[in-house]
Amino acid sequence: MITLEHVYILAGLILAAFAILECLDRSRPRHPGSALFWGLLAGSFLFGSHLSDLLNGILALSLILIGGLGLLAKDAPESRPQSERRRSAERHGNWLFFPALIIPITALLGTLFLKNMTIHGVPLLDAKQITLISLGLGVLVALAFAMPWLRPPVLSPLQEGRRLVDTIGWAAILPQMLAALGAVFALSGVGRAVGTVATAWLPLGQPLFAVIAYCVGMAMFTAIMGNAFAAFPVMTAAIGLPLIVHKFGGDPAIMGAVGMLSGFCGTLATPMAANFNIVPAALLELPDRNGVIKVQIPTAIPLLIVNTALMYVLVFRF
Amino acid sequence: MLTLAGIAVLVVGFLIRLNPLLVIAAAALVTGLAGGLSPVEVLSAFGKAFNDSRYVSVFLIVLPVIGLLERYGLQERARMLIAKLRGATVAHLLLIYLFFRQTFAAFGLTSVGGHAQMVRPLLAPMAEGAAESRYGELPDKTRWLIRAHSAAVDNVGAFFGEDIFIAVGSILLIKGFLEQNGVTVQPLELSVWAIPTAVAAFAIHAIRLFLLNRRLRRTLAGVLQKADGE
Repeated sequence: MITLEHVYILAGLILAAFAILECLDRSRPRHPGSALFWGLLAGSFLFGSHLSDLLNGILALSLILIGGLGLLAKDAPESRPQSERRRSAERHGNWLFFPALIIPITALLGTLFLKNMTIHGVPLLDAKQITLISLGLGVLVALAFAMPWLRPPVLSPLQEGRRLVDTIGWAAILPQMLAALGAVFALSGVGRAVGTVATAWLPLGQPLFAVIAYCVGMAMFTAIMGNAFAAFPVMTAAIGLPLIVHKFGGDPAIMGAVGMLSGFCGTLATPMAANFNIVPAALLELPDRNGVIKVQIPTAIPLLIVNTALMYVLVFRF
Repeated sequence: MLTLAGIAVLVVGFLIRLNPLLVIAAAALVTGLAGGLSPVEVLSAFGKAFNDSRYVSVFLIVLPVIGLLERYGLQERARMLIAKLRGATVAHLLLIYLFFRQTFAAFGLTSVGGHAQMVRPLLAPMAEGAAESRYGELPDKTRWLIRAHSAAVDNVGAFFGEDIFIAVGSILLIKGFLEQNGVTVQPLELSVWAIPTAVAAFAIHAIRLFLLNRRLRRTLAGVLQKADGE
């Protein structure tokens, strides 16, 4: 049976290749920090299931230190020159988008149709993790299509993948680290504690008020921290799970999805999200560094209201 | 009540712009200690949770495909598509770009677009050009307004499109966080529920762009008349 573990091996091999290519790269100054970072993450994917919790903890802490202390490469290696890329774009046309579309389409079809497939009575895929397994499958199908078609040098998917991962840098493991933080929150009873405080101070006895507090709280916390990913564990431990899901019986998927998108409304409205709001103002040579934010706020506010209404209407219905 | 100190660490750490990874480590340590764990127990608990949450980082496996396509001109092809829109009004141009951006992000192509790759070199100049061809030389304030709107469609499109794709950090983070708290959801359920908001974002921003067009028509037509009268 193909399980999530096989997807982890695929991810581990790709990350290990990033680390090795980093070591072999002679075209730019060495970045041992990057090689170590992607190498350790590869180790986590390949061997994490066999390591003790403490060793996994030390591994995670090492990643945090390498990434957190700025030891990763800051510049990405160059791809082909732009003139060649443009010529290639003209030659291949809109088909260039097709291999990328194969990935979500495979993931979707796999989720819908491969779920109960069996060979000699043994299930082919682990039904519980069907979407992520189908995603891994989609990547392989996309490469199987793109490689013979484009005929790149054999290593170029890995080289170009490394280029992209270098541009993402330490932020690549931010979501996973926040998810892990969620476990420590759960273990220490943060949800219960915040729930107690929140119900004491806010009129959260009604489902409507809990939904408003959660959605608006997501937007406000995101605006303060500049990052919806960081706001999500806080607000969900505080209001989302204890009140909307557990107390009022709301649907966790709707709560999570619409909650995160409420956070994105906050991202539109804050200078703390510098990459999205301040950097473009500078790129476009606007005299007002908040020029982009001012244009976005009139969209963010009505959208937050719509999100809150959507959650209230949907979350208790499914 | 002491367990809430970790949340305070997280909020303050992000607020004063320390590296988020270090902030997370500090918040985990403070929360765990306040919850009565020893430092080694916190490290073990964090390690177990980190290992159990590996699927959150599985989105990295799509990078070789996207990178390969970029090597063969994915970004350039997208630019050619947008460049075909020459001749549209400002609002039309930005609205079609918003649609493109949302749709591409929904299929996992968040990297197609972006402020440095698309807005600055292509979209903003095209939007300014669209207004100039209609109203002549633009006052600086209008020029800045149009540029800001060009950046805004890129953000709105990316934010409210990407969550429809299952393998994006935010969707997997939601799944991971809920799972750590004993609630299992599938990435597909999450991305389906991102669709209503995506539609609403498009509709609301379309109205905004329509209002922008009207504002341009009023202010700039006024300027032209005054110039004629003088």
